[in-house]
Amino acid sequence: MTEFTVERSDQGVGVIRPVGRLTMVSARQLTEAIAGLVDSGTPRIAVDLSATEFMDSSGLGALIAGLKSTRQAGGDLRIAAPNEQVLTILRLTNLDKVLRPRDSVEEAFDRG
Amino acid sequence: MRTWLLRLLVLVTAMLGINYVVWRWLFSLNWDAWWIAVPLVIAETYSLIDSLLFGLTMWRVKRRGEPDAPPEGATVDVFITTYNEPLDLVQKTALAAQAITHPHETWLLDDGNRAELGAWAEANGIGWIRRSEDWIDRPRHAKAGNINNALMATEGEFLLILDADQIPEPNILDRTLGYFRDEQVALVQTPQVFTNVPDSDPLGSQAPLFYGPIQQGKDGWNAAFFCGSNAVIRREALMQLGVARYVGEVEVSVNRALRTSKAVLAKATKQLTPADEHLRASLDEVAYDVGRAQRELRRGLAIADVTYRFQQRVDAISRGLVESDMRALQADLAAIETMSDHIDDIDGGLAVIDMTALDQMSHRDWSPLGALETVRALIGAIDVDRGHEAQPIMPLATISVTEDMATCMRLHTMGWRSVYHHETLAYGLAPEDLGTMLTQRLRWAQGTVQVMFRENPLTQRGLTIAQRLMYWSTMWSYLSGFAALVYIAAPIVYLTIGVLPVDSLGSDFFARLIPFLVVNQLLFFVVGRGAKTWRGQQYSLALFPVWIKSFTSAFGNVFLGRSLDFAVTPKTRQERQGPPWHLIKPQLWAMALLVLASAAGIARLATGEADPLGTWVNIVWVVFDLLIFSVLIQAALYRGYQPDDIHEKEPS
Repeated sequence: MTEFTVERSDQGVGVIRPVGRLTMVSARQLTEAIAGLVDSGTPRIAVDLSATEFMDSSGLGALIAGLKSTRQAGGDLRIAAPNEQVLTILRLTNLDKVLRPRDSVEEAFDRG
Repeated sequence: MRTWLLRLLVLVTAMLGINYVVWRWLFSLNWDAWWIAVPLVIAETYSLIDSLLFGLTMWRVKRRGEPDAPPEGATVDVFITTYNEPLDLVQKTALAAQAITHPHETWLLDDGNRAELGAWAEANGIGWIRRSEDWIDRPRHAKAGNINNALMATEGEFLLILDADQIPEPNILDRTLGYFRDEQVALVQTPQVFTNVPDSDPLGSQAPLFYGPIQQGKDGWNAAFFCGSNAVIRREALMQLGVARYVGEVEVSVNRALRTSKAVLAKATKQLTPADEHLRASLDEVAYDVGRAQRELRRGLAIADVTYRFQQRVDAISRGLVESDMRALQADLAAIETMSDHIDDIDGGLAVIDMTALDQMSHRDWSPLGALETVRALIGAIDVDRGHEAQPIMPLATISVTEDMATCMRLHTMGWRSVYHHETLAYGLAPEDLGTMLTQRLRWAQGTVQVMFRENPLTQRGLTIAQRLMYWSTMWSYLSGFAALVYIAAPIVYLTIGVLPVDSLGSDFFARLIPFLVVNQLLFFVVGRGAKTWRGQQYSLALFPVWIKSFTSAFGNVFLGRSLDFAVTPKTRQERQGPPWHLIKPQLWAMALLVLASAAGIARLATGEADPLGTWVNIVWVVFDLLIFSVLIQAALYRGYQPDDIHEKEPS
């Protein structure tokens, strides 16, 4: 079972932390969590992957959908602290050319 | 033993064919009549290559045995795609899908958005999926779009895709899921067989050669095709494809936008009206930022970061413009206020700038920069949101009206495997009239040619040579329309004016040609295992106008941006008023010309003007052509399927 914790940082950045496996079963929950933040006026979102054990392509799909909705609301989506498996699938699909993982949530929105 | 015999036949056919065609090129061309001799030898070479590709396909025919049991706990979504088919037909398929024994969820993908169908689905515990609002005013991409939309709304590990008329057997998943125990398998395709077709199959609906030896042959080279329905797909493979395609498309579109930006901005600057002169400096700033983005991308920075910073800078420029406008306005208002102080006490709050309004006004689309249409489009394109599409991720390919072939090829380029399982596990309905059948064939051919023009398999990295040739072979076969023209023209030319494209019809000629033709037919016979392959052979020549049209229209579509006149294949019989001769006019003309030419040939023979051997050879050729075309007469007269069995329900 995947859990998502959602917080807002002092800088007004939404932080979503998926715990466990981010797969085709839980991807839509992530999409909904992102939509919730965007709709409530927090279009700058960091997805904290430090507790995400495993991600599949549907998880990546949810990140891309989130990137689109945050951009269209004038914000952005950043990812932080992925593990080795997530880095591998990012490279496998070339998504690392588009999304650069940050080392930590705190750095996600450093320098704009 | 059988494989051994088959390979021997393939080799002998290839050797005899090459022997004949090489001899034709080197020693037999009648250069005096080059205008018919060269087209004919090219057509013959075309046919030889077709035959060689067929031989290659047959070389590794793969007959898979009993499938494994499904992987434990596999979750499956069954997708039934529908658009405008009659409700009773869709409902029958949906109920049969619901009755599939392996655990699954059944979904109606209703592109027709019919509330009645939705209510019925809900009452029967079947899911009903319509396009999300993201699709409003964006390209819908037909069936591929329908499935891509449903992919985002479901979560099963595997997808069974069914056309609205394909009634599945309860064991369809039990018989196919086992292949996915191999983690590399992305797709399992099963045959498409039609129940509303008489034994004579006048419209050539059944494809026993394709859903049999050809698919098994392609399977042997790990190139079994996805055919749009009756197939199970691994979601992970599709999504991975979707993500990889997203990256590729973002890269291409951002780079293209940056490349063209210089010209776009220069043009916009030149076209500035005197009232907009103050934008000149801002456009220069945008141009500077474009250059910066280009440099950053070249340094290998992530596209999302580069485009984000670019958008931020453009927003700052817009904001600067709006602010200066506002300051001017404020100054005016202040001036008015000072004046009005003397007159009356008006509300002084007018001059206070509303910050929210300012934010809104500096939004990309509303700012003075955004008012310049081309500049706005350019800035919009330098982003990662793919805003012109309903979804950033389109796992099913949208480059062709036959999304199945394009998707399958992309899966193969990514290293996934496909399987052809030769067991009929669903029963569908074929078109019952000539017009609908022709529309359907045209659509398949157009789709295939679109893929050939857009993503030519011969140049796709990631495919093995054999896989490239397997895809190429299907595309090549649609070129037969042009060869057919020559095969019709050559005997007419000889019989009417006595021009022979071959040097002489000596024993050399027959000794080379006849064995090739005989062995080639023998190969078909052995491969077909008694299946009726003659219909397919007839239609591949008889539909020459359709194949030619598919090339011209797909060319117009891909390179000139014209519409394909895409039509959905109706699943019900069309209203008819007599046989639709008008649909096969070119073929009727061809037949008439062939008959008239034969009469002329016999007349020339009777008056001693023509050579008996040449005349008779050409008349045999004409008879063969007429036999091929005769299927169309039968097809035009066909009045739809009448079941012999009185217990069977009359199709509505």
